[in-house]
Amino acid sequence: ATMSTTASEPRKLKKLLVANRGEIACRVLTTARKMGIASVAVYSEADRLAKHVELADESYCIGGAAARDSYLRTDVILDIARRTGADAVHPGYGFLSENAAFAEACAAAGAVFVGPPASAIRSMGDKSAAKAIMQAAGVPVVPGYHGEDQSEERLVSEAHAVGFPLLVKAVSGGGGKGMKLAEGPGELLGAIRSARREALSSFSDDRLLLERYISRPRHVEVQVFADTHGNAVYLYDRDCSMQRRHQKVIEEAPAPGLSEQFHRHLGEAAVRAARAVGYVNAGTVEFIVDTDRLGQPQGGRAGGQEGGGGEEQEQAFYFMEMNTRLQVEHPVTEAITGQDLVSWQLAVAGGAPLPASQQEVAAAVARGGHAVEARIYAEDPRNGFLPGAGRVRRWRTPRGSTSFQLGGVRVDSGVREGDRVGTYYDPLIAKLVVHCPPPASGSSSEGGSEAGGREGAGSSSREAALRGLERALGEIQVSGLPTNIPFLRRLAAHPGLLSAAPAELNTAFIARHREELLRPQEVPGEVAALAAVARHLLTVRKQAAAEAAEGLTSRLGPWGAAAAVPLADGGPAGGGGAAGVSGFDSVRLWHKHRRTFAVRHPEGGEGAEMVASLTVLGGGDFEVQSKMQNTAAGPPPPPPAGAAAAMTMTVRCARLTTDDSGDDDVSSGDGRRGMSSSTNGHVLTAEVNGRRCTAHVMLYGSTDDEAEGGWGAPVTSSLDLWMAGEHYHFTWTEPTWSRKAGAAAAAAAAAGGGGSAAAGAAGGVRGAVVSPMPGRVVAVMVAEGDRVKAGDPLVALEAMKMEHAVAARRGGVVRQVAVAAGGQVGQGQLLVLLGEEEGEKII
Amino acid sequence: FRQIPAGTSTPQLRFIASSASNILSPVLDKDASANQEAMSALLRQMGDIHEAIRAGGGAAAIERHRSRGKMLPRERIDALLDEGSPFLELSPLAGRGLYGEEDVPSGGLVTGIGKVSGRLVALVANDATVKGGTYYPITVKKHLRLQEVASQCRLPCLYLVDSGGANLPRQAEVFPDREHFGRIFYNQARMSADGIPQIAVVLGSCTAGGAYVPAMADECVIVARNGTIFLAGPPLVKAATGEDVSAEELGGADLHCGTSGVTDHYAQDEAHALSIARDIIAHLPPPPPSPPSSSSSSASSHLPTWQEPLYPPEQLRGAVPADPRRGWDVRCVLARVLDGSRLDEFKSNYGTTLVTGFGSIYGQPVGVVANNGVLFSAAAQKGAHFIQLCAQRGVPLLFLQNITGFMVGRQAEAGGIAKDGAKMVRAVANAQVPKVTVVIGGSFGAGNYGMCGRAYSPHFLYMWPNARIGVMGGEQAAGVLAQVESDKYRRRGKEWPAEEEARFRADMAARYDEQARPEYAGARLWDDGCIDPADTRRVVGLSLAAATCNIPSISTESRFGPFRF
Repeated sequence: ATMSTTASEPRKLKKLLVANRGEIACRVLTTARKMGIASVAVYSEADRLAKHVELADESYCIGGAAARDSYLRTDVILDIARRTGADAVHPGYGFLSENAAFAEACAAAGAVFVGPPASAIRSMGDKSAAKAIMQAAGVPVVPGYHGEDQSEERLVSEAHAVGFPLLVKAVSGGGGKGMKLAEGPGELLGAIRSARREALSSFSDDRLLLERYISRPRHVEVQVFADTHGNAVYLYDRDCSMQRRHQKVIEEAPAPGLSEQFHRHLGEAAVRAARAVGYVNAGTVEFIVDTDRLGQPQGGRAGGQEGGGGEEQEQAFYFMEMNTRLQVEHPVTEAITGQDLVSWQLAVAGGAPLPASQQEVAAAVARGGHAVEARIYAEDPRNGFLPGAGRVRRWRTPRGSTSFQLGGVRVDSGVREGDRVGTYYDPLIAKLVVHCPPPASGSSSEGGSEAGGREGAGSSSREAALRGLERALGEIQVSGLPTNIPFLRRLAAHPGLLSAAPAELNTAFIARHREELLRPQEVPGEVAALAAVARHLLTVRKQAAAEAAEGLTSRLGPWGAAAAVPLADGGPAGGGGAAGVSGFDSVRLWHKHRRTFAVRHPEGGEGAEMVASLTVLGGGDFEVQSKMQNTAAGPPPPPPAGAAAAMTMTVRCARLTTDDSGDDDVSSGDGRRGMSSSTNGHVLTAEVNGRRCTAHVMLYGSTDDEAEGGWGAPVTSSLDLWMAGEHYHFTWTEPTWSRKAGAAAAAAAAAGGGGSAAAGAAGGVRGAVVSPMPGRVVAVMVAEGDRVKAGDPLVALEAMKMEHAVAARRGGVVRQVAVAAGGQVGQGQLLVLLGEEEGEKII
Repeated sequence: FRQIPAGTSTPQLRFIASSASNILSPVLDKDASANQEAMSALLRQMGDIHEAIRAGGGAAAIERHRSRGKMLPRERIDALLDEGSPFLELSPLAGRGLYGEEDVPSGGLVTGIGKVSGRLVALVANDATVKGGTYYPITVKKHLRLQEVASQCRLPCLYLVDSGGANLPRQAEVFPDREHFGRIFYNQARMSADGIPQIAVVLGSCTAGGAYVPAMADECVIVARNGTIFLAGPPLVKAATGEDVSAEELGGADLHCGTSGVTDHYAQDEAHALSIARDIIAHLPPPPPSPPSSSSSSASSHLPTWQEPLYPPEQLRGAVPADPRRGWDVRCVLARVLDGSRLDEFKSNYGTTLVTGFGSIYGQPVGVVANNGVLFSAAAQKGAHFIQLCAQRGVPLLFLQNITGFMVGRQAEAGGIAKDGAKMVRAVANAQVPKVTVVIGGSFGAGNYGMCGRAYSPHFLYMWPNARIGVMGGEQAAGVLAQVESDKYRRRGKEWPAEEEARFRADMAARYDEQARPEYAGARLWDDGCIDPADTRRVVGLSLAAATCNIPSISTESRFGPFRF
């Protein structure tokens, strides 16, 4: 599939400034380069080393890390545009993309704003005004009553007109107050009276409004495009019902299970919506689809009365809002239409007519198959999806995947190995798009493809796409920071999503299946054994590298770490066939060396850990005894069944080889990031209980390349292991003995009666309250010497535009406050040290 | 560290490729499988002994020890060493059966060599589960032996202290003499002066004399709560001055790190203490650099280069005939010890009961001196010649002992066997190169001297489980003594009853045999440990490397007195 990059006459853009960063900046810059348009990137001080900076012909620093100091600085950006002679500005998504004033300012500065006219942005920006415009234009909105007549009779009669179930809401309400649900007519009066009472007492305003309650909504949106010549088309729809708290997680195109007629009605309504506000360029009209009214996908509900069924379906979707920009999920539309939407944007911005007609788009979509996209975020699903941050220490994409262009597996990312993610901006790491064309048999009927035929082909290519997504997610390797990949894999593989039944495919899907999607990861015996061996071998390799750097290798000879576990591809020269490993690993006389250690297994749920005993048999052979256990104390339920007996596995002929699978992006990367794939990733092959296994493994410490947390932060070591599509992550904390904190902790421990400080025990110092994530301290609520109770907030952190309060788990006395408001903290950094209150122990 | 004499260098880790025709034959003894069976029985027995020794002071003592948040000595060492580092434990058999009812496993002290932060160190770890870690005579001897190793090899010393000091009931055997307790601190002072770092980690009590281990160290670490240092403990203080004081107040970490300054580093727990010790070692100067010319490939690659022997080491368990009287060719051992099974033999047609030649072990050049029968004059002269050669070239020596002695008899004496033997002894005594001795068979009579026995201060000396050591064999000794005894009867004009003589001979032979065994030798520190024949190459390799790693250059300036011609 080739992208259409036709940009006929009017005024070809010459130089484009991209006022954005990350993935979308890279996306736009890539197309600009293909179209022969010179490009200008802007970047904040935090993004000096970012990928988008290097993709542009010219790049300019526009200010500090905070968006308001850089990417939101209209004046600075336009000044760069003027200085560089850019004749167009692409805002990407987020930041200034839906800022009408910026659109106007661009025009004033003589640069084309690649997007809609400011007036259209404004019209759609005011949500209630937009609804009125839509209603006037014949675009369905959620039925309801917003009238002034508040008499009970009027409300009842309007309610019957709107239909049930129905929401009765206080006009001044919010946060669920004064909101009542009436499932049917019988509950109506009670709901109205109760809502009125509550409204009056809470807001001193008893006015109510009525709205159709959509119990199982789907989020379906339409990609529209309009040019300056009065043409407007829809590029079909996307289903974005897989949401977590209004954040899209998986998107697909076309929206599944809808009849051809429904797609058309939806698309035409979207075009009407765009025309109603004089829209130009790319936009997305979001609809809410009421699955209860949708009926059976094949129109079974319509049954006899054909027209009635159509009517019914037409009323099953309602306008929500219009996003006046290119959407994150635009690649799924590109996949099924075979178009490059950014090139469309640039063509339209240059005054060219739309590159394709509605018929051409429809024909392309008819043979377009199905596409799904998953958003890979740096976040911790098990920890309430808290945004994560850190250095991307490993970034591997599926073999043969494309980037910023059409392909069966497409990975769009603004991140490279070594980059930091999530500290100041959106924690999106990548978008993974999998596209499957319809089966060959389906495509043979081509031109005259009827709705029914396409449906069948569509569902099988949808299944293939979802399976492909699951597989591709298993091939992506990210480490150094938490990601939602395991969560996405389970979501992609979920039978409910695959079935696309109305009862499943709605916005409550993730909440409904939450437990299943977040169930603890199991660690098979082979994996536990390989993890133990990898931890050992990689530790020794690391030591070997340190000795080589000091020039000690040949001095130490058989004592050297290099002699203990040579790489299979670089052992002692002439090590001699079978004796490739010289067997100095942990040599002991008259017995085999055995080492026991405990590591945390965060994906196994709170408190999950693996205890492994590794016996070094020599020559790459090991015996591993492992046990998964849960140390979560107190009330939380006991670990899931099966967390019991220790397993013994024999590992033979374990070999580490350097992993050279890094993509070009990485190897071209400079030494500045201090990371190279050769020191970073290894492949471990071994025979485990007779089964040959291959795993990608990686070992790193939180302070390997730079101090991340700084003073008071424990040194956390991590072992990542990828095998059979599953990513296993183990961590352990080197005990922290920072002088001040240590002394206080020693005092606390002494008072608590000592007890063996199990090496590597989670959490480090007792009574230490550490930051659950990287962020900025916005407030410190306690002072040294304060007494606190369990649950009392101690410190407020801001991360990802959200404020999180860090609370005391137990009561006690604040011995030390280690941070101050305004400071930046790393994950795991000490915030507050709690001491004991009389007669109470801090665990 | 010592000045490196210009122009000299320690050749190390070379890939030595001499003529391929010098590869040794794979032929083993004809009864190899029977030999192996006999050896297996010995290995099982020796394995069991060592396993029992590793259990230290027993379950109850270990539990008490652990309840204080303490690790066992070998666990401490494991935590201290670089992961994957070998630990060359020395003399685990020390103290075995020495004190009757009192069992002192490992002599109450674990010693050995290991790698910490990329540096080889000599380790001493008290085992407090064994009689509170107090010093028996053998404990002192073992401690001093480790210091001797450290001094010879210039290895930094790490003392993991957890000891109640001298064993008071035996003070007469541990306190006053030259090679007694005081010598430990003397050695610390001398080694420190010689630039060999002395580091102490106080993990338990250091009372009285013991207090000087940390006090004499260059740097020391103390663990909060468990670590105490004082010249006299609370009971003695109470008796002496009437002062009531707790051990912690008297000599705990807070006092010594904050007030007295006796200790330098404050550790929260044992793991912390060992981690501090690792950091201390990491800051020690690295060993002297390898000579750049030592290896053609060292510039391009940091990987050690050597060739493994062509035949598996496990076959060494079948090398020695189960019947000690049967002769065999020592070259089958060399074929499984030397790099590439290669030996460039010296004087192979002369004095054939001694095999001499050049080879390498893990790339380290080595001159081999191995018995292949009784030492005749020619063999002794050849040995002396070869040892001189190695001394002049700075090549370390490996002695493989399997010797019943120098030849006796009228012809041998007339041929001057005494002066020829003396030549070999003189050469061995004065050769200033690292020496490693392995007793793979017998070690009897003056053969022990010429072949670098314990008295000749080899850097390391090991025994195979089948090895026997003594002034002479049990049967010969029984014969000689029976001769003397029956002469006495004859002088008194009496007849020695035959059955009495037989019992005498049997008793004597049994006693000699008992005292010749590696368990007996190891208990008394006549050697540095008994090793599995299959481990020979590795143990010798590690020993040679330990002996040369921190030496800027091997001396090529050995001086010998007049050889008697």
